[in-house]
Amino acid sequence: MSLHSTEISSVKAAKAAEAEKGKDRFMIIHNGRLFALSLATLSVLFVLQFALSDYLVLALTRILIMSIFAMGYNMLMGYTGLLSLGHAMFFGFGLYAAGLSSYYFGTSLPVSFVIAIATSLVFSFIIGLLALRTEGVSFMIVTLMFAQAAYLATLYFSKITGGDQGLTLPTDARSFSLLGANFDMTSDVVRFNLAFGIFAVVLIFFFFVTQGPLGRLFTAVRENEPRTQMLGFDTYRVRLAAFTLSGTVCGLAGALYALMFGYIGSAFAGFHYSIEALLFTLVGGPGTLLGPLLGTGIMTMLIDRLSGITTAYLIIIGIILIVVNMWFPKGILGTIRERWVPWLK
Amino acid sequence: MKKDIVSQSSLSRRSLLRGAAGAGLLLSAPGLIGRAHAQSGDAIRLGAPFHRTGIGASYGRWYERTANAALQLINEQGGINGMPVEMIVEDDGTDPKRGVEVMEKFATEHKVDAVFGHLYSHVVAATAPRAGELKMPYFLCSEAHTLASGAFSRYCFQPSITDVKSQVVSMAPWISNNLGKKITLIYPDFNFGYDHRDNMTAAIEAQGGEVVASIAIPPTETSFTRYMPKIPFNTEAIYHVMVGPAVLTFVKELGEHLGKNRPEIFGFIDSLEGVDMNIPQLEYLEGTYFWEAMPRYAQANQTEFDKFFREKVGVDSNGASLDDPKDIATYAHMFSVWETLFAMKAAMEKADYKGPDQKIDFLEAMESITGFEESNEFPQGDKLFNGKTHQSFGHQNISKVTDGKLDVVYRTTIEETLYPDETDYTQMSF
Repeated sequence: MSLHSTEISSVKAAKAAEAEKGKDRFMIIHNGRLFALSLATLSVLFVLQFALSDYLVLALTRILIMSIFAMGYNMLMGYTGLLSLGHAMFFGFGLYAAGLSSYYFGTSLPVSFVIAIATSLVFSFIIGLLALRTEGVSFMIVTLMFAQAAYLATLYFSKITGGDQGLTLPTDARSFSLLGANFDMTSDVVRFNLAFGIFAVVLIFFFFVTQGPLGRLFTAVRENEPRTQMLGFDTYRVRLAAFTLSGTVCGLAGALYALMFGYIGSAFAGFHYSIEALLFTLVGGPGTLLGPLLGTGIMTMLIDRLSGITTAYLIIIGIILIVVNMWFPKGILGTIRERWVPWLK
Repeated sequence: MKKDIVSQSSLSRRSLLRGAAGAGLLLSAPGLIGRAHAQSGDAIRLGAPFHRTGIGASYGRWYERTANAALQLINEQGGINGMPVEMIVEDDGTDPKRGVEVMEKFATEHKVDAVFGHLYSHVVAATAPRAGELKMPYFLCSEAHTLASGAFSRYCFQPSITDVKSQVVSMAPWISNNLGKKITLIYPDFNFGYDHRDNMTAAIEAQGGEVVASIAIPPTETSFTRYMPKIPFNTEAIYHVMVGPAVLTFVKELGEHLGKNRPEIFGFIDSLEGVDMNIPQLEYLEGTYFWEAMPRYAQANQTEFDKFFREKVGVDSNGASLDDPKDIATYAHMFSVWETLFAMKAAMEKADYKGPDQKIDFLEAMESITGFEESNEFPQGDKLFNGKTHQSFGHQNISKVTDGKLDVVYRTTIEETLYPDETDYTQMSF
């Protein structure tokens, strides 16, 4: 799909020239320092499983999965500037597609995972086609309404979905074999390393997307959509690409959650989870590659630790969010990028 | 002036960062302290994931108070097998995801001997499989039928409160004989409501009655006017289960629609737990009936055990806090926490439990228990415990709203609550 609305001859010529460089250009890693930082972050995350207590490794597993969700959201909200209030819907699509296929048809976990990604891709493309006809506040409301309809559908079809009580995946769906190796999803070590592996793939994939031409187009739409149009790009298609990519990755996170923890329920498609993705991204830094990971980690551990100390932990978290928004409106990494480290994007 | 502001701002930012770093250290401390404390053999440690926040917060508050009172009593009596009992409370936010996280925290960080106290069925449904994976004894204080249906593992028990299926089965004959045989069901349009719909429909048909209308109301609904005309004119009794904050509006609009010539009305107290019955918004419920597992208002024939329980938890004869008459208890449910703790104590004593190495002995001892006598430890009444299904069966109460209070008009036998076993957990491996 071309993101250009018109193929102007000069652009064609430029493209031809660029094509000659093709292979060389493919090998170029834009923003090498961020790439190095990403690899260093992955190394630290991997090593942490040997340094942290059992519980913190379990918590980190969950943080990695929810970070994928926030990274997917960040692609739309942070990089493209489209604030959705309904991304729990995509998390739910992935969760239910993976969980239901495994529960009813006994598909192996890798197959369920692929089904979930494909389903999320199709749904996010279709919903994007409709929702992106609106902008600004209308877009927020439309995404919220879509998500609410999806949430209520999980309750309405409770004979299939299990409704709010949800479904527990059978024992057969708690392990799988791939390339001769057995993976037991009840093992904390297997679960962490799978979550880490998929997180690493998504992070590197997003690095190349955000630091490459497509990512720059997303940013161009965020910064000045009319100007991007004037340059010959079909911004509707750009936004649709961002929306589909974002929804698919959020669905991937939902599928991972369902298959790793063996439970699916309508609560995961609720409004609360849309807001979580938004908050994780806002705290970490919208429009930064590692912001969602940082935001998810900080928020998850804050809730975890504060809830053991006081029942007023949500008030404290609310105050922290107000402070962050007033003093660090671009999130932690966004502020650092703005003031000290411009390549942190 | 502008410079001053910037200057102040940057200074404060530094303070904030320092404060954040300090807070981070402080916040990491509980985990370290928790691990330092977690040594087996010196105490029995129980994890209590209560609904301190979220939709179940009013239940959670009273569950915690009840558990504290029970633990104080147990420790005054010498603890369990000579060891003091400690309770570590975590808030699950009435959220399934957080429920699972908290279960993991209890198992791997606090390293507790057992976990108890979950109520809301969706939190239970998400947490129970994880409890099985972590091999953590998990005692429910819920009403979900999921456990007795065989969906969980050998590590899950419900030794106090009776499940929804049992409640409905036991009360259907009384409803049919005393209120009417043509029933209109009004229930929330999600799983909890479907449990009531399916079980009540089957139970009432078994009594020769029929469900003339089945009205499901979405959980997000705030006005019920458009559902009222769906109540057929030939309805003899309305059976309503409306859990949620909109229940007061529901009662008001029901009154406006039906007026004085209403059919009989039977409801579940779940909607009105923690709510004062004697308020103008609930006047229309005068003369209607409610299910209660344990009667909120002290009855004329109050047992000494109920009196003891109220005194220890701090509840007056109207079911309100002794400290604040406006703070109404979730009295029909919260006894389950108290009784569950004493059931766990009984099983641990039977197994001479000293620590997690005897976990299997503890669970098998629980399975071997057949019931509990009505006592200070089991103030709701005697219980029959089914070791195969891990489910308890007890008396149920039907109360009538009279002068803004609930008077028990019928108490079922335990036999009325029974139904054929649907699973046998003892055949599963640990």
